[in-house]
Amino acid sequence: MAVTGLLFIGFLLVHMYGNLMILLGPEAFDEYAEHIRTVGEPMIPEKGVLWVLRIGLLASLVLHVWSAVTLWGRAGKARTTRYVMKRPGYGNFYAKAMRWGGLAILLFVIFHLLHLTTHTITFGEPEPTPAGRVLESFSQWWGVLIYVVAMVAVGMHLLHGIWGACMTLGLNTSLKRAEQIRFVSILVSTIIVVGFLIPPFAILLGLVK
Amino acid sequence: MKLALKIWRQDGPKDPGRMTRYDIDGVSEDSSFLEMLDLLNEQLIAKGEEPVAFDSDCREGICGMCGVVINGEAHGPERTTTCQLHMRSFKDGDEIVIEPWRADPFPVIKDLVVDRSAFDRIIQAGGFISANTGSAPDAHATPVPKDDADRAFMAAECIGCGACVAACPNGSGSLFMGAKITHLGELPQGQPERDARVIAMTEEHDHLGFGGCTNLGECTRACPKGIPLNVISQMNADLRHAGYGRR
Repeated sequence: MAVTGLLFIGFLLVHMYGNLMILLGPEAFDEYAEHIRTVGEPMIPEKGVLWVLRIGLLASLVLHVWSAVTLWGRAGKARTTRYVMKRPGYGNFYAKAMRWGGLAILLFVIFHLLHLTTHTITFGEPEPTPAGRVLESFSQWWGVLIYVVAMVAVGMHLLHGIWGACMTLGLNTSLKRAEQIRFVSILVSTIIVVGFLIPPFAILLGLVK
Repeated sequence: MKLALKIWRQDGPKDPGRMTRYDIDGVSEDSSFLEMLDLLNEQLIAKGEEPVAFDSDCREGICGMCGVVINGEAHGPERTTTCQLHMRSFKDGDEIVIEPWRADPFPVIKDLVVDRSAFDRIIQAGGFISANTGSAPDAHATPVPKDDADRAFMAAECIGCGACVAACPNGSGSLFMGAKITHLGELPQGQPERDARVIAMTEEHDHLGFGGCTNLGECTRACPKGIPLNVISQMNADLRHAGYGRR
């Protein structure tokens, strides 16, 4: 779970870098989108690298969800009689949201693929270029809102996920290390959330045309 | 003090159990939580009712025998054992909900008493050091760096009360197990069996039906001895070094 989670963080950072290309203009964004498909040509066929990454991500997703469901099931079996009273305000809200929040993110990823990868869902007239589709989607406030909600969910998931991954990998071995891990998890989560939200807001405010 | 107690009553392992309300008066603020339960039991016995069964032994916070969930918190609102919790932590007129540890590997024997022998089985699986018997070695025969000794001692403070399991939303015994693994793993005497120990103990823990750790930290918050969460990460590090999963 920790290893696949860290792979997803690597993916998110690359994805975020690609998104930020739109700040350089629609042409730069389209060129980047095209490059992902043609990288390694002619040694590697078109979309070859893309498909290797897609299959890798899908396999990671299956392993990640399988681990989560296993843990969830074990937790249920470990306490079949529940407490009458729970500790008021127990746990960090973002840590408690890992399971349902994770499922919500999974639903968002499916929506996101239908929206900007397969174009099954459009936020207006079908646009021919990747940059055109992005600009159209985020020039509407509700389009931005959907992605803001999703990114807040991702940020919460990362906040506890990075901490948990470091715990599982055996990196938290002193109180000082715990503080450092907390710092890194807040830093990386913030970078990812802010980095992903810059393009939608830039488009909504008319800074990218 | 006047209190309304809601206590879990269960006649035996097979009985489904129920919450029962008792009103109690004349509780001293200076009495301990267990003395308050003693007072209740005296009144119940005088009325010819069955007293509330609960565990206790040393009553000085070092044996780990007592332990109930008070208002949803293992060992109650203070960071200490139930026996060292005093009634001044509550207000006159409070309603107090008292439940046993809830975890399937810790079945209820009666009322607030649970069977914690699952912890003994985890220890039997590997929480020990095999040493030849004989006269005790000199204290300075095996030098131990101060930092290692401090960390081992910190982990050795675990009294095995089970509050970590009771507080864990996953019903995991990882903090207990991590404490034992860190305690023995920090010392030179613990090295020969270090890899075998961590694998045997985690396998036994999972086999007994405890849940898995999701790093929420409820255990360390409830721990009367303040065992830090990093002992769980130490256990994971040891598992990785031991090549768990590659065998």
